[in-house]
Amino acid sequence: MTTKPKISKAELADQFRTFVDADFVITDDETMKPYECDGMSMYCEMPLLVVLPETVTQVQRIMRICHEYGVPVVARGAGTGLSAGAMPNKEGVVLSLAKFNRILHIDPLARTANLQPGVRNLAISEEAAQYGLYYGPDPSSQIACTIGGNVAENSGGVHCLKYGLTVHNILSVEMVTAEGDVVTVGSDGLDGCGMDLLALLTGSEGLLGIVTEVKIRLLPKPEVAQVVMAGFDSVQKAGDAVGGIISHGIIPAGLEMMDGYAIVAADDFAGAGYPREAKALLLCEVDGTEEEVHEHIAEAEAVFRKLGATSVRTSQSEQERALLWLGRKSAFPAVGRISPDYYCMDGTIPRRHIAFVLAEMEKMSEEFGLRVANVFHAGDGNLHPLILFDANVPGEFERTEAFGASILKMCVDVGGCITGEHGVGVEKIRQMAIQFSDQELEQFHDVKAAFDPAGILNPGKGVPALKFCQEYRSLEYKQHKHEHTEAAHG
Amino acid sequence: MADISQQLQEQVLQARSGGEKLNIVGGGTKAFMGREPSPDAGTLNVGGHTGIVDYHPVELVMTVRAGTPLSDIEAALAEQGQAMHCEPPHFGPDSTIGGTLACNLSGPARPWAGSVRDQVLGIRLLNGKGEQLRFGGEVMKNVAGYDVSRLQAGALGTLGVITEISMKVMPGPAASLTLVQDMTIDEVLHYMNSRAAEPKPITAACWVDGKVYLRLSGAKSAVEATAAKWSGEVMGNGQAFWRSVQDMQHEFFANDDSPLWRFSVNSTAANPAMEGKWFIDWAGSQRWFRGAGELGDMEPLARAAGGQVSLFRGGDRSGEVMHSQPNALKAIQRRVKNSFDPDGIFNPGRLYSWL
Ligand SMILES: Cc1cc2nc3c(=O)[nH]c(=O)nc-3n(C[C@H](O)[C@H](O)[C@H](O)COP(=O)(O)OP(=O)(O)OC[C@H]3O[C@@H](n4cnc5c(N)ncnc54)[C@H](O)[C@@H]3O)c2cc1C
Ligand SMILES: Cc1cc2nc3c(=O)[nH]c(=O)nc-3n(C[C@H](O)[C@H](O)[C@H](O)COP(=O)(O)OP(=O)(O)OC[C@H]3O[C@@H](n4cnc5c(N)ncnc54)[C@H](O)[C@@H]3O)c2cc1C
Repeated sequence: MTTKPKISKAELADQFRTFVDADFVITDDETMKPYECDGMSMYCEMPLLVVLPETVTQVQRIMRICHEYGVPVVARGAGTGLSAGAMPNKEGVVLSLAKFNRILHIDPLARTANLQPGVRNLAISEEAAQYGLYYGPDPSSQIACTIGGNVAENSGGVHCLKYGLTVHNILSVEMVTAEGDVVTVGSDGLDGCGMDLLALLTGSEGLLGIVTEVKIRLLPKPEVAQVVMAGFDSVQKAGDAVGGIISHGIIPAGLEMMDGYAIVAADDFAGAGYPREAKALLLCEVDGTEEEVHEHIAEAEAVFRKLGATSVRTSQSEQERALLWLGRKSAFPAVGRISPDYYCMDGTIPRRHIAFVLAEMEKMSEEFGLRVANVFHAGDGNLHPLILFDANVPGEFERTEAFGASILKMCVDVGGCITGEHGVGVEKIRQMAIQFSDQELEQFHDVKAAFDPAGILNPGKGVPALKFCQEYRSLEYKQHKHEHTEAAHG
Repeated sequence: MADISQQLQEQVLQARSGGEKLNIVGGGTKAFMGREPSPDAGTLNVGGHTGIVDYHPVELVMTVRAGTPLSDIEAALAEQGQAMHCEPPHFGPDSTIGGTLACNLSGPARPWAGSVRDQVLGIRLLNGKGEQLRFGGEVMKNVAGYDVSRLQAGALGTLGVITEISMKVMPGPAASLTLVQDMTIDEVLHYMNSRAAEPKPITAACWVDGKVYLRLSGAKSAVEATAAKWSGEVMGNGQAFWRSVQDMQHEFFANDDSPLWRFSVNSTAANPAMEGKWFIDWAGSQRWFRGAGELGDMEPLARAAGGQVSLFRGGDRSGEVMHSQPNALKAIQRRVKNSFDPDGIFNPGRLYSWL
């Protein structure tokens, strides 16, 4: 869709410098280098230039110029994305929101906060803590990732099952359109008039507009939170225990699972005191009032014991709770220590298939000759298989990608999806053809065109071109699908 | 239990080739919603498309055909101790899940439990080209592609025919009780918001006729301990009271013809200064108004309160009934409509005259 830029790099930079501080219109390779990728560093591209505006008016002017000349624009928050969504376009501009880093207003009575898009996720809860409030969605990257990026990816975290995703915790978004108009979508009220554009924008990966302000809802900080850690001698039993807790009527604030590899790696790294011999570990956090937590913790312990837990331990202090979580929260870097590189996948499956899917993954692991560790949001069926590889070994990354693609196919085959929270970006664009038909993909393209007729916002991401899909389906998919469908229903 | 998606598709294709328009009808219970249905349009009845397609209590997910009555869904959930936490209103026994999503109507628990829109995970949609499309899925988290499922919330069927819905369901609360006490409208907004800011198991807060009602639900011990700490008397028939609020059967809502206005605003905003009667729900976020006035005069008041106003029921439904949209958003919504329904077949003018 992108038309070739009709303006040179130097001319574009000059135009931007008439209204953006010259130091923040970056054109040299050395300074642009850190922008060449996001958290998915296997995908890199150098942009034409990088611009860091600091007012909404500047963003508007940038968009108008880019729109006029058909220059692609890639918005960028903290660059922690895990699907190469913020990877630059080589003919385009990276529009960094880094200077929009102010918390504009917190209203403790209404329990809301107005934020610039570059505010870090964790900074919100830190600032709201003085009012006994916090922000629900807590991606593991929360120290670094921004609320603008969270909106663009509809990010979740450990606490989604009970407190929802980004889409459930925002009231309104101010955005600059591809044509340079400023619009506010949503309001301070909960449900407004007309089609729900706020939901459409959430998770749209920077393809529909540039988010310039976000109004979020804050939650009262629970009186108490406690975590029960339960070890199991099989993944199957741990998977059943996840269902057991939920059938019991308890909605945990967090319900995370780790497999044998991850348990040992995390325990070595954090010294959390995990049962190292266990094949699977569940961390089940319950929060609420003193009375409620007391009641639910006792029930959770009993359910785990009944369903065959080999060890059950409940945090008795805030310190112990933090320690138990530390292992989980540092699981990625911990796994990073036992392997030169790792590749983090992000499929979601119906919970009842957890054990089956993990067993299949183990078989694939042998087939591809690559180790895989699993750390994931079990409560909502969101898997994060970490494939361990060495990028310096020729061909190993390609094999890793093929392994990853097989995992995503399996997720779709058991009734799940190719991405639970990391987005499609560039990385999963081929797999879109597995989850969606051509008509559905075409509908997505039409929606995109309603916001961005010239196709300048983050082109080439999120939704694949149709021609490309047909090739992908016929080449790679057919033989695989058959096997997995049979296995899933077997 | 009937799958009539084939017939629905044929009807849409026929309308398309014949250049006709269609009014989508679910249970026919919310005919009062939106603007007057177009008199020149035919009827597309989704009410016959019923049945629970898939329900695994342990997944907390149910998939149903759009014409399924809410009462059938709730009965199936109740058997498993589960519920739709958004507490959708029933306007009679025929209210369907499709119409509920199209109107995005939720009950008293909305600020805490989320809306119908919040609970939707995926849909099947018949667009204006007669294509059967599937968006989202049957899992809790799914960010592949745009969130077309939730886009339908509030669109009043102007984008297509929802034929199937997958939604998140939740366990019902173990215990529940309601506290009631006298309070003036001037005091109540601060009071409800302060209570909502406490980490207590509050799940509803409304004010009507000089009384504030707070509902507590969750673990029995937590509900009782909170009730002991907070002021107010425990209400004997709390459940019946909230049911009447949810289904708009409370006497405040009686008399279908006189205009009923809905303000969706900042929960702490001062009440708009207008002569009439108020029912404040959702701890201040949703305010019902009965009194004289024009949409054009109320919009600035709603905007000043951080939100929007609509003529929910009664009054003149030939003009606009929804809060007006700024030009840039109007243009986007027209184009979005066009992307789903290029020939403008579905519910013409039902949401806005220009859509
Ligand atoms: C160690 C680690 C752990 C992670 N854990 C989680 C997790 O638990 N849950 C989870 O959901 N994610 C997780 N992520 C992924 C990532 O952190 C999130 O997707 C995050 O929301 C990205 O935010 P960002 O500011 O870094 O955005 P970027 O990476 O800069 O951008 C992401 C996308 O958003 C777009 N974008 C950014 N800002 C804007 C804006 N203002 N307007 C429009 N579009 C914009 C970009 O164009 C890009 O497409 C993790 C990542 C890492 C590295
Ligand atoms: C039996 C009957 C026949 C009618 N015949 C006509 C007629 O011929 N001509 C006429 O102009 N009016 C007719 N109406 C009135 C009017 O069109 C409907 O009542 C109106 O469409 C509202 O839908 P609903 O009352 O079924 O409400 P609900 O089912 O509660 O639906 C409310 C809203 O949601 C939309 N909706 C419902 N289900 C879906 C779905 N699955 N997908 C997308 N959107 C959905 C509806 O279009 C409506 O906007 C009829 C009403 C009834 C009860």
